[in-house]
Amino acid sequence: MADTIQLLSFSLANEQYAVNILNVQEIRSLEPVTRIPNAPVHEKGVLNLRGVIVPIIDLREKFSLPRLTYNALTVVVVLQCQLQDTHRVMGMIVDSVSDVVDVDSALIQKTPGFGDKVNTDYIKGLASSDEHMLMLLDVEKLMNLNPIEEQTGFNENRAHGTGGQS
Amino acid sequence: MAIDLAQFHQVFFEESFEGLDVMESGLLAIDCNEPVDLEDINTIFRAAHSIKGGSGTFGFHRVSEFTHGLETLLDQMRSGQRQPDQRVVDCLLGSVDCLRTMLEAMQQGDNANDADVARYQAAIDAILDQQNAPVSSAEEPAAHLPPAEAVNSAVESPSSGWRIAFSPRAQLLQRGNDPVRIFRELDELGELEVAPDFIGLPEFGEFDPEICYLSWRLELAGTVDRSALEDVFAWVEDDCDFAIQPLGAAQSCTDVSPQVSPEPSAESEAVAPATDAPPAKDTSDVDVAKVKTVKAKADKPKSAATIRVDTQKIDHLINMVGELVITQSMLGMLGENFTLDKLDALQNGLAQLERHTRELQESVMSVRMMPISFVFGRFPRLVHDLSAQLGKKIELKLIGEQTEVDKTVVELIADPLVHLVRNSLDHGIETSVERVNAGKSETGQLILEAYQRSGQIIIEVKDDGRGLNADKLRAKAIEKNLIDPQQQLTQQQIYELIFAPGFSTAEALTDISGRGVGMDVVRRNIQSLGGSIHIDSEQGQGTRIAIHLPLTLAILDGQSVAVGHETYIIPLNAIIESINVDDSKLNRVAGVGETFKLREEYLPIVRLQRVFAISGAKASKLSEGLVVVVEGPEGRCGLFVDDLLGQQQVVIKSLDANYRPVEGISGATILGDGSVALILDIPGLLRLSVREQYG
Repeated sequence: MADTIQLLSFSLANEQYAVNILNVQEIRSLEPVTRIPNAPVHEKGVLNLRGVIVPIIDLREKFSLPRLTYNALTVVVVLQCQLQDTHRVMGMIVDSVSDVVDVDSALIQKTPGFGDKVNTDYIKGLASSDEHMLMLLDVEKLMNLNPIEEQTGFNENRAHGTGGQS
Repeated sequence: MAIDLAQFHQVFFEESFEGLDVMESGLLAIDCNEPVDLEDINTIFRAAHSIKGGSGTFGFHRVSEFTHGLETLLDQMRSGQRQPDQRVVDCLLGSVDCLRTMLEAMQQGDNANDADVARYQAAIDAILDQQNAPVSSAEEPAAHLPPAEAVNSAVESPSSGWRIAFSPRAQLLQRGNDPVRIFRELDELGELEVAPDFIGLPEFGEFDPEICYLSWRLELAGTVDRSALEDVFAWVEDDCDFAIQPLGAAQSCTDVSPQVSPEPSAESEAVAPATDAPPAKDTSDVDVAKVKTVKAKADKPKSAATIRVDTQKIDHLINMVGELVITQSMLGMLGENFTLDKLDALQNGLAQLERHTRELQESVMSVRMMPISFVFGRFPRLVHDLSAQLGKKIELKLIGEQTEVDKTVVELIADPLVHLVRNSLDHGIETSVERVNAGKSETGQLILEAYQRSGQIIIEVKDDGRGLNADKLRAKAIEKNLIDPQQQLTQQQIYELIFAPGFSTAEALTDISGRGVGMDVVRRNIQSLGGSIHIDSEQGQGTRIAIHLPLTLAILDGQSVAVGHETYIIPLNAIIESINVDDSKLNRVAGVGETFKLREEYLPIVRLQRVFAISGAKASKLSEGLVVVVEGPEGRCGLFVDDLLGQQQVVIKSLDANYRPVEGISGATILGDGSVALILDIPGLLRLSVREQYG
């Protein structure tokens, strides 16, 4: 008896990614966000989701993919997970949501190493559906907005944000 | 037609408990050495009278009979026939407790214990009979310790459980501790069996509801750390003897006590009124009634589910709802035969609807906020009782009781505060003789203060006692291997040592100043609320302990300001004034630091757009925007913004719940239009600004 898990797949710059559907709280369109001062560029800000302050990240920018201008059809996947015993919620901006697919958990392949050139930190494994490769995201890692891990991004942004004025 | 009176019982009980609280605080206000304020007596009398009337109506005749005696006594005081002395006041206080126990028992549907009632009834009658009778024997039986039982463990092999012998000293209940709370905590750790031991019970007639006569034998199944068990007892370490031993595989009772208790359940209830011991289960052991105390206590239908709300808030809510209904009917009428020329009215109506809904939302949120007096309220009695017991003269001052904090904070801060206050009374404040010798006033002072500052709620416990002895603390810490003997520590760091877990063993500090018993637990409780605790002390002058709690869910008066397209909230209490500054008043320090002169004082300018890297700010010249003068930790400074938007109450939401703490930002809030605005943390912002400019 095989263990199947359901994945929500979505596209990002013609690549197919997926998250475990149990980590998906809802899918909604992008609303104006409130910028967080001095935050890394991919952290777009926070918005009010029924009284909860939820941070929004742009997954393209997080993965250093070319930016896309936002429009009325821009989709936010709201993720949830248990992180250090607290329930956390975060939204991520993706190009479009594709499908819900059943995947045999035994068939999820470990991420191969690509050396230093490709950052696979946030990829938990590779799955396939209809001959497409799906990159399964490590939601816990993605949602850990711990400042220590973000340190490099923080500094880059600081240089970017204040450079013009000094 | 029969009316089911039972439906009013809950209301009656709640009213009665409120009445009892009124009586208690009234009685505590009576100072026997001064002429009595008649209004005080009247208040107490009225409360007693209501309880008597209510209990008569609902057929609680025992209560009404008992209250009748009280009332007669109070009536004599009211009409000036009797001057209250300490004896009478103490007896009345005891009666109030007794009445509370009776009512609690009735609320549970149990019968109150007769012995207690009879005893106080007798005491009151005695006072009524003899104008100046000697102290009734029933009144203050000397607190005697129950024989602390030495428990021999059955088997000494490590196993999957613990056997705990828990023998509280007599004063346990008086110190505000409740054995049931301990049992409940233990039950969370594993499966708990509780067996009371009645060996210390006096005769029926000698019961004192404030004295704990029972001891317990507990068996906790499950693999639990010994330290976890010790943590549970940390609060009561001073007030009990307890021994923890691993549970043997064979549960032979080698410590069977010879005494056989005839009526275990009824007695356990009589002795520990606060515990509501349930009826005994099937008793297999001779001397031990095995009782599942924990579950019974959890069923207690008291408080937890209800919340007391200021009537003003309720009135406000009702007003808001009224407005909402009016707006709604207006909109309804508009919609019935709508023509385009009524568009203006429609838009107005919608704007109104939006405003009312928002205000309603805010009012509802504020219902969760309670004044801290709900916690502070218990301390006058605690201090009264403890100071009498310790033979010290102590004056308690409560400041800022109206500071509003979240309900959760109110519930969780009580235990740590009781602990701090107890410590202060017990070890901090000296006896009258010592105080006079030290050149201080005879009466010690204990101040409990609560206030809001820079986005935090601060609760302070201050005393003017002997303070902490840094040298001894340091020596102790070295002895306990907590610090290296070579280590250089500031005074502050040494004080912080008392929060170290190793410091909390019982005898570690009693001979120095006592603080330290369970202080690590206090700190952990406060940290679990997201707060911190700081200690400050001057030897011989006193100690000040400040608890800082975050304002999660707290409401703040804020001024919203615009910078570029962004909106920020400045806490109103930090703002001194907002002014328009002419560019000619601008000065530079070393080419970078901007200052301006305000009434002979040079204030640094912090440009929000620069510190927060905000693009599209409208104002770059000072004259185009506004300078908001705020009070920082190191003096005033001017925040330069584009414009002021408006003042409003905002509900503070945590930013780090889903994100992380951001420097210069204390939290977030949701504006009327549903968007998020960030709340500035002034001290953090200034630190950030200093780094921006010079770092």
